[in-house]
Amino acid sequence: MALPDALLELADDHLVLGHRLSEWCGHAPMLEEDLAMPNMALDLIGTARSLYTRAGELEGKGRTEDDLAYFRGERDYRNILLVERPNNDFAQTMLRQLYFAAFMEPYWQAALDSTDDVVRGVAGKAVKEVAYHIRHAGEWVIRLGDGTEESAERMQEAVLDLHPYTGELFDEGSVEGEGALPSRAAMHGAWEATMKDIFAQALLDWPEELGQMRGGRTGQHGEQLGHMLAEMQSLARAHPGAVW
Amino acid sequence: MTGEIPLWEVFIRPRNGLAHKHVGSIHAADEVMALQAARDVYTRRGEGTSIWVVPSAAITASDPDQSGENFDPAADKIYRHPTFYDIPDEVGHM
Amino acid sequence: MYSQGLIGADSRTEETPEFLEAFQKRIDAEEKIEPNDPMPEGYRKTLVRQIGQHAHSEIVGMLPEGNWITRAPSLRRKAALLAKVQDEGGHGLYLYCAAETLGVTRKQMTEELLSGKAKYSSIFNYPTLTWADIGAIGWLVDGAAIMNQIPLCRCSYGPYARAMIRVCKEESFHQRQGYELMMSLAQGTEEQKAMAQDALNRWWWPSVMMFGPHDSESQHSDQSMAWKIKRFSNDELRQKFITATVPQAQYLGLSIPDPDLTFNEETQMWEHGPIDWNEFWRVVKGQGPVSRDRVKARKTAWNDGAWVREAALAHAEKRKTRKMAAE
Repeated sequence: MALPDALLELADDHLVLGHRLSEWCGHAPMLEEDLAMPNMALDLIGTARSLYTRAGELEGKGRTEDDLAYFRGERDYRNILLVERPNNDFAQTMLRQLYFAAFMEPYWQAALDSTDDVVRGVAGKAVKEVAYHIRHAGEWVIRLGDGTEESAERMQEAVLDLHPYTGELFDEGSVEGEGALPSRAAMHGAWEATMKDIFAQALLDWPEELGQMRGGRTGQHGEQLGHMLAEMQSLARAHPGAVW
Repeated sequence: MTGEIPLWEVFIRPRNGLAHKHVGSIHAADEVMALQAARDVYTRRGEGTSIWVVPSAAITASDPDQSGENFDPAADKIYRHPTFYDIPDEVGHM
Repeated sequence: MYSQGLIGADSRTEETPEFLEAFQKRIDAEEKIEPNDPMPEGYRKTLVRQIGQHAHSEIVGMLPEGNWITRAPSLRRKAALLAKVQDEGGHGLYLYCAAETLGVTRKQMTEELLSGKAKYSSIFNYPTLTWADIGAIGWLVDGAAIMNQIPLCRCSYGPYARAMIRVCKEESFHQRQGYELMMSLAQGTEEQKAMAQDALNRWWWPSVMMFGPHDSESQHSDQSMAWKIKRFSNDELRQKFITATVPQAQYLGLSIPDPDLTFNEETQMWEHGPIDWNEFWRVVKGQGPVSRDRVKARKTAWNDGAWVREAALAHAEKRKTRKMAAE
């Protein structure tokens, strides 16, 4: 797989998760969270934009960030399944965020040594952003896991629902580890350490045996991504060539 | 029924060398979340390098009814100010 | 954004004439009033009501624009809109905090909003039907709000004035964002142009109404002006807004849907035709096109979030207990 494709995978992860978070805007459980979630969403969308632009440059076909975001269908999107999972409730949203950020933090750390200037630049910015995402989502996971009976139940259910989608985080493409992008598999230790530490504080059981779901990297998505993209792309596609 | 989530006062140091300054308040259940909320609400445009949060309930304020006795007596102590003292110009800046 | 002429405030007070006179003297001397200062009950109530309405307007105001975050047609627009809607949430937050210095809680104010007792700016009871509405809201609704809000930065009540200074500073990008969006549509395809004109047609009159009833009909204005909660009358601000906006519409090549709009050479002001106040009052009283949806959306968010807030409080109690046990 060529570098532009690998960058697209990464960009899709960020845009899809950022979009999911943005769906909360105006509907959060408390006003403070109506400010916190857009902060994270804006970080993710910002990263996606830089990565799409870089992928387009390297691809050399003149595609812009918007061409890549708005004019590829669900079979062409290459994000992992985890990030496209619907928001459901606040417990699921925070856990999904934590699973992803706990992976991206060591990933961006490693990408600070990338051979690609743009990737290095993105990593420098993103590594701090995701470190905060770990803290914010992590503190919520702890509070919900060790809050009320209801919140603990919801948190435990979120683990059962989402944990099966975490294995795909570590699936290697072919350019990983070759200099421009870090190895994904190599992040597993750091990810598990972060997650287990937070799970212990949240009084959550670490699920050892949960069948793993895969397919996002090959365009085999769940049913929800199509709906998300249909909504996201509807206006842009209704006016092809228009400038906004 | 949910109780009231406590109110916190937020103080931000705009940059090193300056004191923390009161910027507003937020609601949070505990001090960790209060700091995060303060960060997410009050530093979105690079307004600070350090944050303090204090439970609003922990602040003791002077009583405005006593502001006369508290603050007016300072008004006539002009000998506390340098301009009270006459020094000839020839002595130079002092 | 989004303050509106205060609706239905009760500014009656029962203090002694001496007390009221001393208070008025402080106001006239441009002294700021701070939270614990003695103040007439009517002053306090008017402020609670006005700041509360203002805060609710910001919070409800997240919904019409939020309606397009997930459909923004470019990533640049998506980020800008998300940041703007987030700002509205922040402004609601600052304002609730300012009102809380007067002895009400955010929870009480929220409950009043959800029960329909508290009002908010009627402009948000109109739906956002196309992407151009996002431009029109930024340009017109924020533009109208700025006219209202800049004088509020000098309001006699310190915490409100300080919150408004922060709000106005942050909002400086909102109107520009909206106008730039309208510009891209006005310079775009025929369909985009039509979309822009349609949005202007629908948002013009509600924006003009945002300043509240005519001065002759506005019963609470005089006391609010005397207390320097309000610094300009509804009609003065409306006039300023229209005069600023007409040339901006001309630059876009869009026409303002008011056949009676005329330029007064003498005052150098644009003057509007008759306003349909029946519509204004209908919408204020909760019969706007999407009034019910707006309050329902807020209720759903509040109710769905209850378990999260409860968990946060329960966890905070546990932390406290553990900390005490450890000491």
